[in-house]
Amino acid sequence: MAALVFVEIEEGEVKKSSLEAVSYAAAVQEGPTAIVFGAINDGEMDKIGAAGAAKVLHVTDDQLAAPNIMAYASAIAEAMSKEGSDLLVLAKSSLGDPVSARVAIKTGASLATNVVDLPDTSDGFKVKCSIYTGKAFAITALSGEKKILGLKKNAISVKEDAGSPAVEEFAPAHVEADFKVKVTERAKATGEILLPEAELVVSGGRGLKGPENWGMIEELAKTIGAATGCSKPVSDMDWRPHHEHVGQTGIKVSPSLYIAVGISGAIQHLAGVNSSKYILVINKDEEAPFFKAADYGVVGDAFEVVPKLTEAIKKAQ
Amino acid sequence: MKILVCITHVPDTTSKISFTDNNTKFDKTGVQYIIGPYDDYALARAVELKESLGGSITVLNVGEAETEPTLRKALAIGADDAVRINAFPTDALFVAKQIAHVAKDGSYDLILMGRESIDFNGGQVHSMVGELMGLPSVSPVMVLDIDGNTAKIQREIEGGKEHMELELPFVAGCQEPIAEWKIPNMRGIMSARSKPMNVMDPVSDETGTSVEVYEMPPEKGAVKLIDPDNLDELVDLLKNEAKVL
Ligand SMILES: Cc1cc2nc3c(=O)[nH]c(=O)nc-3n(C[C@H](O)[C@H](O)[C@H](O)COP(=O)(O)OP(=O)(O)OC[C@H]3O[C@@H](n4cnc5c(N)ncnc54)[C@H](O)[C@@H]3O)c2cc1C
Ligand SMILES: Nc1ncnc2c1ncn2[C@@H]1O[C@H](COP(=O)(O)O)[C@@H](O)[C@H]1O
Repeated sequence: MAALVFVEIEEGEVKKSSLEAVSYAAAVQEGPTAIVFGAINDGEMDKIGAAGAAKVLHVTDDQLAAPNIMAYASAIAEAMSKEGSDLLVLAKSSLGDPVSARVAIKTGASLATNVVDLPDTSDGFKVKCSIYTGKAFAITALSGEKKILGLKKNAISVKEDAGSPAVEEFAPAHVEADFKVKVTERAKATGEILLPEAELVVSGGRGLKGPENWGMIEELAKTIGAATGCSKPVSDMDWRPHHEHVGQTGIKVSPSLYIAVGISGAIQHLAGVNSSKYILVINKDEEAPFFKAADYGVVGDAFEVVPKLTEAIKKAQ
Repeated sequence: MKILVCITHVPDTTSKISFTDNNTKFDKTGVQYIIGPYDDYALARAVELKESLGGSITVLNVGEAETEPTLRKALAIGADDAVRINAFPTDALFVAKQIAHVAKDGSYDLILMGRESIDFNGGQVHSMVGELMGLPSVSPVMVLDIDGNTAKIQREIEGGKEHMELELPFVAGCQEPIAEWKIPNMRGIMSARSKPMNVMDPVSDETGTSVEVYEMPPEKGAVKLIDPDNLDELVDLLKNEAKVL
């Protein structure tokens, strides 16, 4: 197989989930090619190489510097044909999902998404996909000659030991019709750890009583380098921004540790966090359903436990 | 304004998920089916747009006869007619081909879907339909305003949002807070009974993937409770047992 990996850049840096995708592709076939769009910081190409890519196609066309779903899909389909790629690997994201679906139609490739493990090629080509919002898995066979895999975040660990990649400029053809959507503004929290990518997440629920009490959540998050999240009622009441809302109808996270503070653990909330490696629940009600899904629990008042936990962590650092 | 809304027929969000026949079939025993929650947002926004701009709403589902009550509910909420493509929705490609075929014939101004189905969580069908029809597709859409032939949209991205403008027609995958879910009223339920339900055969049997077998995640062990007065122990466990700090 010849693999191509769509690598996303965020403020000049390669997204961790994209390095997971490169590592995944390298495990399927040594020395995959990566494709990146736009300006990229010094040293970042080497990270792509370290994760296993032998070559990087770098698109430097100004018109493709900012994310454009249709144009990126055209460029990636063109790169697949130029490179003879029969496998495209990418991380699931607000850009990766629509791009992969469009490339699937353009190239006739079979597409599996929410992939959580390396493929089984002993009989055909099968991958394990997370379904029912993390409540089950489907072993999915891809029938097409070309295949596209959308990886769930944090399902694969990043390789860091391969070499430097060969970087090649790639100038894809311009398709006028790909520029129909005009992005007039991109409002983005900068400098924050992005929730969907985060290794560690601290989330607060209605038990925190009001937005003015989020200081201790942010302090705990800052101390351990975590992203902050919340339950649905919390974002519905505008205590926190919508992009922090975790669950069935919000962001699905898969960190190594999810800390839930003052969240009851309704099934719709659990659906967004059940891919976490470890869950710590802090709740004053020992009957809260979240404890059934937790690895560690503290039954107590968040207003006492959270500051004390932050202190204990600082002491141990 | 002619709007096509594509809806899924999925287990209610509180359903217990399990499988039968050696884990090859979803176990429907005791499961309540609903309009997919994101599709419900799409339908709600369609009803609002119809109220303010006039026009009509067609709801579409690719599914077997069992999905008709779900389509009827969409009619009760405010759709004018329903189309059911009589086939098991094998995968996103299969579904997208059926939707694109119906959509091409209907010359819709707007094709609204949910951001993702809550069974397979693909988030693929809208982009596939867009590509098959040569139309833009935008998802997940939190704000959708129409002014003449132009739409102003806000799309959620990681850690923020994108504001965008585009011309009709296009495909959008919707999510909250685009509109408030609508609950059918008595008049809606009565009139839904006589609204047209058109059943059509699939136009293509092409698929890209198939599920061989389902698996359940491993059971969680019991929670380890730590005394709130002994948080050093918790830090130690997180550091040395879970190795996450
Ligand atoms: C279709 C559908 C989709 C949904 N999608 C989502 C979703 O994506 N995400 C989501 O989160 N919800 C979702 N919900 C809502 C969900 O059902 C719950 O209502 C919601 O998760 C509850 O939020 P909560 O735990 O913050 O609040 P509550 O249920 O009110 O729980 C508050 C918790 O805080 C505890 N508490 C109170 N005071 C303290 C204190 N001082 N110290 C410690 N603990 C304290 C209480 O014991 C309680 O357990 C959805 C619902 C539906 C119907
Ligand atoms: N069987 C189906 N019938 C009609 N619409 C569907 C079907 N499956 C998916 N869709 C639409 O496509 C959206 C995205 O689905 P998915 O790509 O499966 O996550 C859903 O929210 C629906 O609006």
